[in-house]
Amino acid sequence: MVALRLDAVGATYGRRTVLSGIDTGTLRGGGLTAVIGPNAAGKSTLFKRIAGLAAGPGLVHLTDTEKGPETICYMPQDTGANAVLTVYESVLLSAKQGSGWKVKNGELAEIDRVLAALRIDDLAFRGLGELSGGQRQLVSIAQALVRKPEVLLMDEPTSALDLFRQIEVLGFMKRLAEQSGMAVLIALHDLNHALRYCDDTIVISGGSVAASGPTHQVITAEMLKSVYRVEARVESCSHGRPVIIVDDSIPLR
Amino acid sequence: MMVAIADEISGLEGRGRYRALVARRILILSGLIAALFLSVAVDMALGPANYPLADVLTALFSSDTVTDQLRVVIWDIRMPIALMAVTVGASLSVAGAQMQTILANPLASPFTLGISAAAGFGAALGLVAGVAVFPVAVQYMVPLNAFLMAMLAALFIHFASTMHGVTVETIVLLGIALVFTFNAALSLLEYLASEQALAAVVFWTMGSLTKATWPKVWITAAVLIVAVPLFARHAWALTALRLGDDKAASFGINVRRLRLETMLIVSLLAAIPVSFVGTIGFVGLVGPHIARMLVGEDQRFFLPASVLCGALLLSVTSVVSKMIIPGAVLPIGIITALVGVPFFFVLIFTNRRRAW
Repeated sequence: MVALRLDAVGATYGRRTVLSGIDTGTLRGGGLTAVIGPNAAGKSTLFKRIAGLAAGPGLVHLTDTEKGPETICYMPQDTGANAVLTVYESVLLSAKQGSGWKVKNGELAEIDRVLAALRIDDLAFRGLGELSGGQRQLVSIAQALVRKPEVLLMDEPTSALDLFRQIEVLGFMKRLAEQSGMAVLIALHDLNHALRYCDDTIVISGGSVAASGPTHQVITAEMLKSVYRVEARVESCSHGRPVIIVDDSIPLR
Repeated sequence: MMVAIADEISGLEGRGRYRALVARRILILSGLIAALFLSVAVDMALGPANYPLADVLTALFSSDTVTDQLRVVIWDIRMPIALMAVTVGASLSVAGAQMQTILANPLASPFTLGISAAAGFGAALGLVAGVAVFPVAVQYMVPLNAFLMAMLAALFIHFASTMHGVTVETIVLLGIALVFTFNAALSLLEYLASEQALAAVVFWTMGSLTKATWPKVWITAAVLIVAVPLFARHAWALTALRLGDDKAASFGINVRRLRLETMLIVSLLAAIPVSFVGTIGFVGLVGPHIARMLVGEDQRFFLPASVLCGALLLSVTSVVSKMIIPGAVLPIGIITALVGVPFFFVLIFTNRRRAW
């Protein structure tokens, strides 16, 4: 099963340092890892740096795989609403990068399979511009999955989804990671989703790691207060699951 | 083949519907090729003396069996003009298509981003002031000036677009600023020009195919023949640019390099035709939009469709320019918008959901 480890990873845009000294333990495939933190903390930049799309110091160690860095797939928030392409074409586009014009039946069968798994096969021949934000997020996930990555970096994939779709997508990704051995890092704003679906959590704040480890150890009242400036409790619900109960936000200075 | 497609569709699987979509697009491209061939033939039939279409076709495919006069008129006089319309239309349309793709901007075209205006100013520099921007081959001063100014404008737009914080709207505003700047400079030159030079500048800025020669046709065609396969090689990557830079980069595309390479080729495609035939607006803007409405933005179809739509649009315009006043050929730059706009309106209002 693939394993990922970050060693003193940083990221720079020109002369500006956006991330520095990001270390993680070994993140093994087969589960979800939440990457959380306030807005502009550097979560997207971290994903771009891991995927080789941003420059910076440090090392990204990828082990227990026969593939190279191309097996890391970054799924940005950008969903390309203006493109005059059908859903099917946009997924094909992802699968065909770097290869010839000819499209084989096997490649199309794979697209059919991915769209059906995400239950968006009924949207296959709708234009991207005709879809809701949530539907486009699902198409974005399909574009990533069709590349068969071993490490998937999902940048706020649930941000435009309704509650049912959020639960459906996170549940699907968790099952997929468990079955395929894929390592999935997900940037999330809903910390209750992180508590429910993610085995491990990395907290990014101000361009560095504020905390990391098993999710239930990382998401604590103290962390919520110091990183998010929110007074909250983490308690067990009637089903025994941990949930965050927000009491108040700390007034802005 | 049709039976096979029907069988696949009946399975209602995505791949069957996709194959049917591809077949439909190939049919559309074939239709455009047929329409273009017909338009070129009609273009060659019309002139001071009109010939029946059958005579033109005979002169084309069996030139030994027609009179010397017909052969000379078709092959030496009318064919360079008819093919110039095709190559110029195709070049401007592909240039516009790729500008719209890499700048993520539906308003991008050689005309709207100031490249044609820059070329006009360059030509006027030669015609009015006798200034050669590139002081070699003085006999080609006008097209060379036009070409170099167009290249400069295109590269300016490109490098401006890569600057931090520059948005789609900024690029359009920069283009408008370039148009106004070069038009003002052109007006100044016209104000200072002699009567003869003024007439030459005005005629040049209207755009005209009447000065087409075989060497000009070959040069324009050669640039097109080199450029289109270069774009075709990056068909998947260029299509992916329409999903946004981050998404394209996540597919493993070097977005910066692809954009620079494309803009350099686009500069050539936009500058060469303008330097030979003057300012012809609209084709570079509308050709790609018509192509997009017909076949979408998968560059495997969008690229040939842009070539064909631009070529057909200018070829039909050439035909119309000969029909408005019998015996006279109006400058084609005047007619392009008059022919293209109604057609464009029809497409927009019948196909609104698939427009940009």
